[in-house]
Amino acid sequence: MNCRSEALEVSVEGRQVDEAMLALLHTILLHRSTGKFHYKKEGTYSIGTVGTQDIDCDFIDFSFVRVSSDELDRAIRKAVGEFKDAMGNGMDGMGQISLEFYQKKKSRWPFSDECIPWEVWSIKVNVVNLANEQERQICREKVGEKLGEKVINIVEVINRHEYLPKMPTQSEVDNVFDTSLKDVQPYLYKITFQITDTLGSSVSTTMRRLIKDTLAL
Amino acid sequence: MDSDLSPQDKKDLDKFIKFFALKTVQVIVQARLGEKVCTRSLSSPTGSDWFNLAIKDIPEVTHESKKALAGQLPGIERSMCVEISLKTSEGDSMELETWCLEMNEKCDRDIKVSYTVYNRMSLLLKSLLAITRVTPAYKLSRKQGHDYVILYRIYFGEVQLTGLGEGFQTVRVGVVGTPIGTITLSCAYRTNLAFMSTRQFERTAPIMGIIIDHFVERPFGNVGHMHPCIYRAPGEDEGAYNGVEDSQEVCTTSFSTSPPSQCVFTVRKAHLKTPKPALYCSRLSYQSPVLDGAADFCHPSTLNAANPHQMGVPGKEGGVPQQVPVQPCHGAQAEHRRVSSCPPADHVPATPSSSGEDAETSSRSVGVKSGSPCGLLETTFTRKVGAFVNKPGTKVTTASLDLPFAAFAPRAYDLEENDPMVQPPESSATSSPLQGSLHSQGSGESGGPAQDDFVMVDFKPAFSKDDLLPMDLGTFYREFQNPPQLTSLTIDVSSQSMAEDLDALPEKLAVYEKNIDEFDAFVDTLQ
Repeated sequence: MNCRSEALEVSVEGRQVDEAMLALLHTILLHRSTGKFHYKKEGTYSIGTVGTQDIDCDFIDFSFVRVSSDELDRAIRKAVGEFKDAMGNGMDGMGQISLEFYQKKKSRWPFSDECIPWEVWSIKVNVVNLANEQERQICREKVGEKLGEKVINIVEVINRHEYLPKMPTQSEVDNVFDTSLKDVQPYLYKITFQITDTLGSSVSTTMRRLIKDTLAL
Repeated sequence: MDSDLSPQDKKDLDKFIKFFALKTVQVIVQARLGEKVCTRSLSSPTGSDWFNLAIKDIPEVTHESKKALAGQLPGIERSMCVEISLKTSEGDSMELETWCLEMNEKCDRDIKVSYTVYNRMSLLLKSLLAITRVTPAYKLSRKQGHDYVILYRIYFGEVQLTGLGEGFQTVRVGVVGTPIGTITLSCAYRTNLAFMSTRQFERTAPIMGIIIDHFVERPFGNVGHMHPCIYRAPGEDEGAYNGVEDSQEVCTTSFSTSPPSQCVFTVRKAHLKTPKPALYCSRLSYQSPVLDGAADFCHPSTLNAANPHQMGVPGKEGGVPQQVPVQPCHGAQAEHRRVSSCPPADHVPATPSSSGEDAETSSRSVGVKSGSPCGLLETTFTRKVGAFVNKPGTKVTTASLDLPFAAFAPRAYDLEENDPMVQPPESSATSSPLQGSLHSQGSGESGGPAQDDFVMVDFKPAFSKDDLLPMDLGTFYREFQNPPQLTSLTIDVSSQSMAEDLDALPEKLAVYEKNIDEFDAFVDTLQ
């Protein structure tokens, strides 16, 4: 099975990073979350109800819908906060935050469980610094429009109805879904990020080059 | 095509399509009500949340949807459309977008109805929730209020896009393949809002406090055969909505995990006492105004022939929100993309209500609306004449006017030379609109209070409710609406002659020269 990979790119001002990332990540997770499964006898199960909530952005002329789950929101905010801290407050720079949906595959001892991604969303962020309030106002509107386009892109991909993991049995539900939340059940996901410095190279490639150069001596 | 489907699958599919259509309309209309929507996630299924999504049902919207469907289902060449339009306070209207639920002939015979189709419809509704916040009409709807309101119209049949103007854009929300055809949900939205920029704010700003209620529209059209009311929130007294079937059905979805082909979908009939989903009440909870002659301003000429229904939010009492601007709504600079208005302070996040209260509220709103001359879903405005009207000896009442803002049409006594706001009063006997009830008794040089010149009808500011506190803020606002005149503008000051001023001048100069060191030190601190 090939992992489906989708890339999105946005240019935002420093203070808009949080909201832009939350808007896109929550839009994706809205589509990749179900209600809690309740298994019954004979292998049947029922599904809980997913509520939704409108969120207005403060620094962007944009509103988005997220799943009504404070736990999920906290988890996403934490990841976005770490990403923003790594980007550096108010500095020009580029970074990429990735939302990866995966399945766990049980392995025999001594091997650990394998995580097999089936969908990866990569959001490239380009942070710009603006000189005056007028530019910021224009940026508010422009970024709002751009985020709207990205939401449409996300919806378009989701509605292609490509691969989705099979609905699991009760014993395997933790291999497909994140069952740790009380109110909703997103597919297993993880958020990672990568920061690129202003020179355009990523930190990891710089380190790799340093080590190679050292070994070459 | 249909012969491949088992009778149970066919029945389930029809039911899914029907409820999908109803929920689609709910999502679209609720996204255009002008406020944020919030519903709660529930870990345990309630049995009444179709597609496992907490989408509240506004009864009036369900009623209109069913009226439009008239017992049919969206199908091939039978599209269901929701048209969103904007109507200004002057009666101009403009279509903003049209949402289309269509079906084409492309069938997916292998798809599982009770599992895959159901889940994909759920996914499509989530996509609809996301997309409804992205189109330009969303921002307009969030700012609706005094200057314009958003209307919706549901129709069935051929899609009409001519009203969207040139260059309209289309966005496809998604598709769901079924054994009888592929369901497509899309939106066509207007991009040219030039009408708004040229006409919206050319008129003078309305006097504070005036709201015209000519948006009230009567629902006309045939109340035809009512489609069976399958989904009904328990507790509502929906006498008007009784369908053909008396029993109530709830959606209970049970899925089987082994193997995927063996899907068990049960739809059982249950009695009325189904636990209601605990949803937050996303409605504005305003007091319903008592309006006599509210229908006087209903202008049939401005109504859309197909009776668009105004976006309003059923409130708790009578289901009619009252929008009272807090401050004068000045004409703002219009933009092509975004219309700015000075919204009243009524975009207050609604308080979550208990689940039981929701049912009572909606039943109350239905009950009141059925008896009122106004439309089922409407925004009713109180009409007041503001504090600055100066028509001595004339009372402006709501019943005496035929046109909106008629009191402010150019007339002899409204001309500038007669306007005391422009020409200051020449004598103390002339009453000034600025003098209000708080004018001090001591300075009795002015004329009588100006309260006789205008009529205030039932001032109920949106920001203050009198059910909890004795309207402190409202009382304060009313009392200080007409502040007393500044003492420097009183007659006492002006009665001083210039000669006396000149005589006092040398003394003042002497005092200033004496204290010149202090003044110099003060100037130094400023530098």
